[in-house]
Amino acid sequence: MADFYEKLGNLDRRIIFVLIALSVMIPIIFNMVFPNPVGAEPSRDMFDYVDALPEGSNVLLSFDYDPSTMPELQPMAEAIVLHLFKKNINIVGMALWPQGASLGQDAMSSMADSLGKVQFEDWVNLGYKTGGGVMIVRLGSSMSAVFPTDRDNVPWSEIPMLRSITNLESFSLIISLSAGDPGIIQWVMMAGDRFGVPIGGGCTAVSAPTLYTYLQTGQMVGLLGGLKGAADYETLIGIVGGQAVRGMAPQSIAHVVIMLFIIIGNVAYFLQRKKGGVK
Amino acid sequence: MNWEILGIWLGAIVTLCLYSFLYRDNPFYKFVEHLFVGMSAGYWVIYNIENVLIPNWWQNMFPPEGGFNGIWIIPGVFALFMIARILPKTASLSRLSLGMIVGVGAGLNMVSFFQTNALAQVKGTIFSLASGGVWSIFSSLVLVVGVVSGLVYFFFSKAHTGVVGRTANVGITILMVAFGASFGYTIMARLSLLIGRFQFLLEDWLPTIPRLLGLGG
Repeated sequence: MADFYEKLGNLDRRIIFVLIALSVMIPIIFNMVFPNPVGAEPSRDMFDYVDALPEGSNVLLSFDYDPSTMPELQPMAEAIVLHLFKKNINIVGMALWPQGASLGQDAMSSMADSLGKVQFEDWVNLGYKTGGGVMIVRLGSSMSAVFPTDRDNVPWSEIPMLRSITNLESFSLIISLSAGDPGIIQWVMMAGDRFGVPIGGGCTAVSAPTLYTYLQTGQMVGLLGGLKGAADYETLIGIVGGQAVRGMAPQSIAHVVIMLFIIIGNVAYFLQRKKGGVK
Repeated sequence: MNWEILGIWLGAIVTLCLYSFLYRDNPFYKFVEHLFVGMSAGYWVIYNIENVLIPNWWQNMFPPEGGFNGIWIIPGVFALFMIARILPKTASLSRLSLGMIVGVGAGLNMVSFFQTNALAQVKGTIFSLASGGVWSIFSSLVLVVGVVSGLVYFFFSKAHTGVVGRTANVGITILMVAFGASFGYTIMARLSLLIGRFQFLLEDWLPTIPRLLGLGG
């Protein structure tokens, strides 16, 4: 038995890779969907805040990520855009990350086409602008000075939905979908705390623990953390079999496999130590 | 030629080459690794010229409606100073540009960073005791005890013995819980990326094989 645990302790890591791969592949192949109950979580706070916004409000949606974090953040983007469009809220899109502008365009244009929303009347994509926090401060005084045109070089003055927008205070909510720096922290620092605009966000799971502190202090109205946050939002707005919800089955099974390996590894370690093999 | 299918196949081949490293290092992985680094460098150079330099600098110096705005020569010179690091004789010029970047960054962030990440957080910790029901007060107590004991752990001017030692032990326990939560979230993030790749391979790439073989689909 002790030999068995010794062998287990020295297990070839490639076997673990294969098992993790299988635990992810099998649920996808068999299209398994697990229930995704949403409790009193920051994702529900985010949903409730957006849901309570009056029709015709302006929301600034900043796509602060790139393709490397698409599996987590693109389902969030699509779910939030869908919710905002269904509530007849105007979306002004922009990006602090260069490739975020294209990803935001994909999310907004695909949802707009399916719901009959009109570009420049219901939504607009201002594109990417460099500068991070410095640029956000400038947006606080004049949006059109930073974005004289939209992403496709249409002048600000020729876009009907932008006539009522002057600076950050024109928005009822700013949502940053953030994969790092610049991202949510800059929006909280430069827009939320400085100009008093409510900030919501979605982030990768890696950065979620850092951002939870801003929820407790009320500096953020809600937060979607990683794939689970995206799945929560899809559930709350009633998307059936969305990309994030489908991702939760492989996620859960792979977590169980990892936990089993952690338990087995620790048992093997302590048994070996008891035997005197490990000091 | 269907460009979409070509793109999917290239993506799939590159993904499989990268994952081949999990078995062991090999030439396919090396090739794709170098391809990624080279393409990224080339892409970002062009992207920055197109999306940063031209709209933010060039078009301000030479507006599309005509004319010349000489003040924009100054940021151009500062940008050249940054490149001056290439030559040892001119390397010191880059300090001027770096000094300006650090100065503006520090000046802008000093108040905001302190307000957002120190004052607001301290306020949240203090006032959370005075609000809410029993559960909220318990939660606030955990927060306050966690913060204080965590800070005591990092207080090295006094030996960690007696009350200080016991408080520091509580602090390290709280820190371990926090690290555990971070580790759990990191696993979730990495698995999400793996799931994204497998969804691409199984749902986008695999269905193209029968189409290429003329088996419908």
